Amino acid sequence: MQLTLWTYEGPPHVGAMRVATAMRGVHYVLHAPQGDTYADLLFTMIERLPERPPVTYTTFQARDLGGDTAELFKRAVRDAYDRFRPELMLVGASCTAELLQDDPGGLARALDLPVPVVPLELPAYQKKENWGAAETFYRLVRACAGPAAPPPDMPRPPGTAPRCNLLGPTALGFRHRDDVQEIRALLERLGIVVNVLAPLDARPADLARLGTADFNVVLYPEIAAPAAQWLRRTFGQPATTAIPIGTQGTHAFVAEVAGLAGLDPATVPATPSRAAWYARSADSTYLTGKRVFVFGDATHAIAAARVASEELGFALVGLGSYSREFAREVREVAKSHDLDALITDDYLEVEAAIAAAQPDLVLGTQMERHIAKRLRLPCAVISAPVHVQDFPARYSPQMGPEGANVLFDSWVHPLTMGLEEHLLAMFREDAEFHAGAAPSHLGAAAPEPQHLPVWSAEAEREMARIPFFVRGKARRNTELFARERSLATITVETLYDAKAHFGR
Amino acid sequence: MSVLAQTATTSAGCPQPGPRVVQERGQREVFCGLTSIVWLHRKIQDAFFLVVGSRTCAHLIQSAAGVMIFAEPRFATAIIDERDLAGLADCNDELDRVVTRLLERRPDIRLLFLVGSCPSEVIKLDLARAAQRLSVRFTPAVRVLNYSGSGIETTFTEGEDACLAALVPTLPASDEASLLVVGALAEIVEEQMRRLFAAIGIAPVAFLPPRRAGQMPAVGPNTRLLLAQPFLAETARALEARGAQRIAAAFPFGVEGTTLWLQAAADACGADRRRLHDAIALPQERARRALAPHRAMLAGQRVFFFPDSQLELPLARFLARELGARLLEIGTPYLHRQHMAAELALLPDDVPIVEGQDVERQLDRCRAAAPDLTICGLGLANPLEAEGLATKWSIELLFSPTHGYEQAGDLAALFTRPLRRRALLRGA
Repeated sequence: MQLTLWTYEGPPHVGAMRVATAMRGVHYVLHAPQGDTYADLLFTMIERLPERPPVTYTTFQARDLGGDTAELFKRAVRDAYDRFRPELMLVGASCTAELLQDDPGGLARALDLPVPVVPLELPAYQKKENWGAAETFYRLVRACAGPAAPPPDMPRPPGTAPRCNLLGPTALGFRHRDDVQEIRALLERLGIVVNVLAPLDARPADLARLGTADFNVVLYPEIAAPAAQWLRRTFGQPATTAIPIGTQGTHAFVAEVAGLAGLDPATVPATPSRAAWYARSADSTYLTGKRVFVFGDATHAIAAARVASEELGFALVGLGSYSREFAREVREVAKSHDLDALITDDYLEVEAAIAAAQPDLVLGTQMERHIAKRLRLPCAVISAPVHVQDFPARYSPQMGPEGANVLFDSWVHPLTMGLEEHLLAMFREDAEFHAGAAPSHLGAAAPEPQHLPVWSAEAEREMARIPFFVRGKARRNTELFARERSLATITVETLYDAKAHFGR
Repeated sequence: MSVLAQTATTSAGCPQPGPRVVQERGQREVFCGLTSIVWLHRKIQDAFFLVVGSRTCAHLIQSAAGVMIFAEPRFATAIIDERDLAGLADCNDELDRVVTRLLERRPDIRLLFLVGSCPSEVIKLDLARAAQRLSVRFTPAVRVLNYSGSGIETTFTEGEDACLAALVPTLPASDEASLLVVGALAEIVEEQMRRLFAAIGIAPVAFLPPRRAGQMPAVGPNTRLLLAQPFLAETARALEARGAQRIAAAFPFGVEGTTLWLQAAADACGADRRRLHDAIALPQERARRALAPHRAMLAGQRVFFFPDSQLELPLARFLARELGARLLEIGTPYLHRQHMAAELALLPDDVPIVEGQDVERQLDRCRAAAPDLTICGLGLANPLEAEGLATKWSIELLFSPTHGYEQAGDLAALFTRPLRRRALLRGA
């Protein structure tokens, strides 16, 4: 048993949902009790997808447990097929149904549906969300591409453009949609055709075509690594290992794909980013040696460590990840900075490490954003788990040349700006300019002196019960209301009269 | 409505007056009882909720909270792992270890709830025994209780019911005549009600749950029990078993509901009707004024309720009778006919009430009816908006102060805001 306040990853079936929801023509029937339908809101409220995830839950209740939950599952699969007519079905169990041992795969096979049925075994008491996504994607790729395997060593006809698959982006991914747009454009500039993008927007029939590419681009190893390994074994397709995050990461990625595509290095266009120049500009000297703590999934944390230290001149004071599957890689990077990597999914441990390191900037997940807020440290979010704010309306990739620009802006802006920092140090006693004050570009409101009616003690007490975020407005409205009516004292009645007046 | 007819089950006995009630079974799109922890853990300030469950449970509460709460939350999950299931680790020893670590970290905690989940129920982990054992160990500093918030047994607000029912056996006994208001209310609402009861001349008045573990109200044969929430079936039953007498009443939403609720309390406690009248005249008038602009917006609007919190009936009654809305369908996860009797009597006869859910068929009916406003859960709101329907997500109806006269306007505003917003936005 593990004591958990907040969790970095959901259960593995949520990973499967991220794959199913990203794809087209796939439906997932999940043997699960009624509360598990909460997972829909991750997609409809956090990512604001305009459709429900393609998931049917059996939503069994206690009264069903004495009866036949297997029959309930079969009915749910049949009904879901009839209603949604998917091209492929995924079937599996959530944590509770796993304990019932109803064998969703066997039950669904017995129905003899006219479409492929891929059973998922996702051990919920052992594995987590990213593993579940990776396993689901791997199973889907095997099921769809396996029968379509071309003979090995079939050379590409001369004169045709090199082709790659773009693997890893899912629903509810941290900036996956924008990364895909950026990397697809980058590959096209290099003259490389994207054969299949998956799982995002792919149909089962698209997965069947995976074997016809020359190589695979693995954008998110946490999700696509097992599928890419299988594709390597089955079709001899090599896969990229460079992650195109940051200016250098992008260069390394371009060099790697150029090699895999057999392009002449002399003809590869440059990929300049504004961020590289900004980081060299005189204004950025104040960034030198800012102490930064990095935590996230392995891919984003390792990339952030590199960008922070080599492209912005920050000093890394902590590096960690909740991706245990990639602990070795994270440890190696940490070691090169003389640090011990923090490999944990215990939020309290991360909080303690940040508090001990007292960094100038935290680069983390939404969890670290809360930790940083509590410790009053600047923070930028670099990785899932995601929050509604991680789906900005504007184009905001993390990868490629534009991604490098986005990183520069979003990591540098939370910091106190250059000269202001000096002034803060010089005039610590200043009432408005003290160390506790927020940087001026982050805004603060000035109080407005007014001749005010008197608040009765009872009304003051009532005011204290109003939620803090509306208290200011309620106070102003009540005082305005009282002044307009020349009331000398504000009572509880005045408070509610004003509320009824302004509420309309 | 042919779909409805297929699933209709005729209840045994004589036909009942009031709206038609239909039962439906199928996929439910509802939260489990663990979700109640999101507000309960703020209400009782020195209580802690420890869910004994899976990673899914932890993820659910964190996601349902929508925004994560800045302060260290007073809830956590003891995540069962494969070692516990394989019997390599004794679940009870593990639980004791986790609770000990937790209480060391949080010496301010006086009341600890062990909350059962779907997995803990299925593996038959005996949390009642664990709670007893831990209570003995940590007495007198901490009292340990247990209840189930599992999705196989509870739907959303039934988690609050289970929690409060677990408190009932621990309440001190008393023969004193008193009024006990039951249901977690916003502090501001509680204060307003205290003032109103004082003005009416009802005393003493106590609230369950209290804000602190040390302030548990007493109960006995002279306790009058007044439900502030419509989903407290088990709690009411447990209190009645300790002698309390339930006051049958409509629920305090809107001017009418609040008046009927206070009136029922006044009558049951033998308070003077004229004094009641004087006490409520001003807030009643104020609430009517606050409702007027919302009524102008909602009159004639066609409203569809998906099942969520069991608040659906009283809210539908408020929308229909005080704001002039037309009701198309009232979905509710569960219908307690006895507690809802006053509400059922006030609802129009021609509204179908659907108890339970088959979400796909309900969506078919909703699309066919094309309501002006759909009240639904978070999973359905944006998909329906994308199809062109205006929605109000129902969880907000529990997360904001909505009871009583002073909140009637706020409650109406929750329903009119989506309509107002649609009228404001151009260029979609």
